[in-house]
Amino acid sequence: MQFHETTLDNGLKVIAEINPHVHSVALGFFVRTGSRDETESVSGVSHFLEHMAFKGNDKFTAEDVNRVFDEVGAKYNASTSEEVTLFYGAILPEYLPQTFELLAAILQPSVRQEDFDMEKKVILEEIGMYEDMPSFIAYDHVLSTHFAGHPLGQSILGTNESITRLTAQQMRNYHHEHYRAGNIVLAVAGNTQWDVVQKLAQEFCGHWPAGSFDRPLTEAQPTGSTLVLHRSSSQLEHIMQLASSPPARHDLRIAAELLTVIVGDDSGSRLFWELVDPGHADACEVGYNEFDGSGAYMTYLCCDPDQTPFCLEKIEAIYQAVNANGITSEELTRAKNKVASRVVLRGERPMGRLSSLGTNWLYRQEYQSIEQDLETLQNVTAEQIRELLQAYPLGQTSTVAVGPLASLD
Amino acid sequence: MPNQTVEHFRLANGLTTIIEPMPDVQSAAFTLLVPGGAVVEPEAANGTAAVLVDWMTRGAGDRDSQQFSSALENLGLQHSESSGISHLSFSGATVATNLPAAIGLIAEMIRQPRLPEDQFAAAHAGVEQSLRSIEDEPRQKVMLELRRRTYESPWGRPSDGTLDEMPNVTPEVVRHHYRRCIQPTDCILGVAGRVDPEGIGRLVEQLFGDWAPSEPLDVHQGERGTRFEHLPSESAQTHIGIAYDAVPYNHRDYYAAWAAVGVLDGGMSSRLFTEVREKRGLCYSVSAGLSSLPGHGRVLCYAGSLPERAQETLDVIIQELQKLSKGIRVDELDRCKARAKSSLIMQQESTTARSSVMTRDWLHLGRVVPLSEVREGIEALTPERVLTYVEAHPARDFTVLTIGPTALEVPDAVS
Repeated sequence: MQFHETTLDNGLKVIAEINPHVHSVALGFFVRTGSRDETESVSGVSHFLEHMAFKGNDKFTAEDVNRVFDEVGAKYNASTSEEVTLFYGAILPEYLPQTFELLAAILQPSVRQEDFDMEKKVILEEIGMYEDMPSFIAYDHVLSTHFAGHPLGQSILGTNESITRLTAQQMRNYHHEHYRAGNIVLAVAGNTQWDVVQKLAQEFCGHWPAGSFDRPLTEAQPTGSTLVLHRSSSQLEHIMQLASSPPARHDLRIAAELLTVIVGDDSGSRLFWELVDPGHADACEVGYNEFDGSGAYMTYLCCDPDQTPFCLEKIEAIYQAVNANGITSEELTRAKNKVASRVVLRGERPMGRLSSLGTNWLYRQEYQSIEQDLETLQNVTAEQIRELLQAYPLGQTSTVAVGPLASLD
Repeated sequence: MPNQTVEHFRLANGLTTIIEPMPDVQSAAFTLLVPGGAVVEPEAANGTAAVLVDWMTRGAGDRDSQQFSSALENLGLQHSESSGISHLSFSGATVATNLPAAIGLIAEMIRQPRLPEDQFAAAHAGVEQSLRSIEDEPRQKVMLELRRRTYESPWGRPSDGTLDEMPNVTPEVVRHHYRRCIQPTDCILGVAGRVDPEGIGRLVEQLFGDWAPSEPLDVHQGERGTRFEHLPSESAQTHIGIAYDAVPYNHRDYYAAWAAVGVLDGGMSSRLFTEVREKRGLCYSVSAGLSSLPGHGRVLCYAGSLPERAQETLDVIIQELQKLSKGIRVDELDRCKARAKSSLIMQQESTTARSSVMTRDWLHLGRVVPLSEVREGIEALTPERVLTYVEAHPARDFTVLTIGPTALEVPDAVS
């Protein structure tokens, strides 16, 4: 595998990992914008704009966009998070030029009024769909309570009200400010050539407006809270808890990833053996979410309402024990083996490589080959885990519960 | 198409092994299908297979539950054990050098599970809770309940169990299910990745060669369920499930059936997405897919819409399904072919995908279809051939299930 990088005159960063031993090529535009970059009056605009991209521009109508992607058999989609809007596709190498042109075109959409009005209905349906998923409701609310007052607390979807109020002109303005070349990373992984990538980038992205958008990176200082959303129709209690963890650029982020695998992976972890294996909970996991300038350990618990107090106490006891005594060397070795195999398996597909390639660059301006990833992983020591637990102990700072319970007391 | 070689052999006890060496990767994956899925569960004890699978993971041979799990994790094995409609499935992937040891552990789990008495309650509680979590997700529930109604019993039985029947799933029932069903006849092991077929062959002989077969299992087929039903719920959206008959995977017209569904839902330019979402904004999610069980096939459709628009969603979907017999354009079919081509080629990048597709092929067809043959089969399709299929298997005699605040009217023409 061969890594290449360049920056176009307008500031667009282009990176590629070329691998002649695979059958496909994946490409993605990682736009550094998401719900945290919105003002309250346009809440939900990043995600809605991601939908509007697929409505095309002066050259491609909405129908053209869908048709051309399908004509080349692309596996493509887009996603919006708190911090990144990603447009991506994987295709057979011979279709790279057409797919590239189209994907680049949709990043500069026209946002036609008629399309905007129609898509608004789809967004309202999407909000309705998530209202029928208790774990998502818990996720959405725990982010807003934990990060209250901080941009990371802003909702990705927005609300029925904010979406209904939003105008096409507000969206065009948002696009004008945020979709600037210096705010975007183009990543390519798989079977192609670097000169082909460079040529396509210049041809289809070279004219994009230069500039970038600054986001304030103050680390969040959550104070903690508990919110219980009563839903009598639910069978189980769905609980999300957040606590501060290392931000995306922190040296201890890989240690944090390993720690959460040891404590809260979906199988073989401490939470698994204490809560899921004995049948106390349907699910109990902790994951590490890295953000720009902040981070969060996210605990998810799904259990019978009458088991909830027991499970929450159990989690607290496990976290206290880990914070006080650390982890064992066997646990660390096992977690490294687990994560190493995930890295290898994910890395075999261009689509799998694309995500780590783009994310690494967006957050850390660095390239890590699979071998380097594995080496970084193997180099994590028990001492670093102790250091991590000192700086960022596991915790249950903010809690949101969705389910039959009226309170958690 | 990339070069592809597949080897297979059958032990005297009936266990079949299929191996596809993939020299360009570092990993290897396996899928092992073992008889004993929901269709052969005892009457009124749906959930037996799911509890058995959970119980089987709780220690085997010399190792207790935690030791067994640690052994798998030390091999870096990403694994999954699940109960299916006809078979139990044990699958995993890791770096290729660790695969033989991983298969050895899985063989132990299957042939010498401890089934510890003191952990039965936990296994049972785990399955029961996951069934209750489905009750909280109407989008999942509507498809499960749709399958239950559209397939002839017991083929519609949920592979994860039924809450009402869980009290009948006792340790005796589950042990009996293990003894009766878990046997080598009809076992299929698929292995794909950087492996040496001869080495895998010797390993399989050593691990499974002395496993004695027992009586083959019969499935007693009954009736279909209710055709139209509404389950009241305070959900935000109305969740709509629609099913109608199609041919199964082993039918000679399967590719035509696949293309017909591809015209409806295969990419964002397909008819359902265009008509329901793009032109009318009626939903976020709308889909149609071919569902295949041994000897049975269906098209299963899903859509979720806010209650005030759900009736229109149902009407438009039914119209589109019925309109298929009026004609299929060349460009629509060409897009299906393009998607098939890239899927087939990209499958070659994933050991997990290959091991799973090979075992599915064997289960339904008794052979592995070379990717080039699939490609030729799909390339040979014409709009006329797909239309001939649609005429022979039209979208009609629907099963419609809805979950939401208010019931919908099933259009007169189809009720």
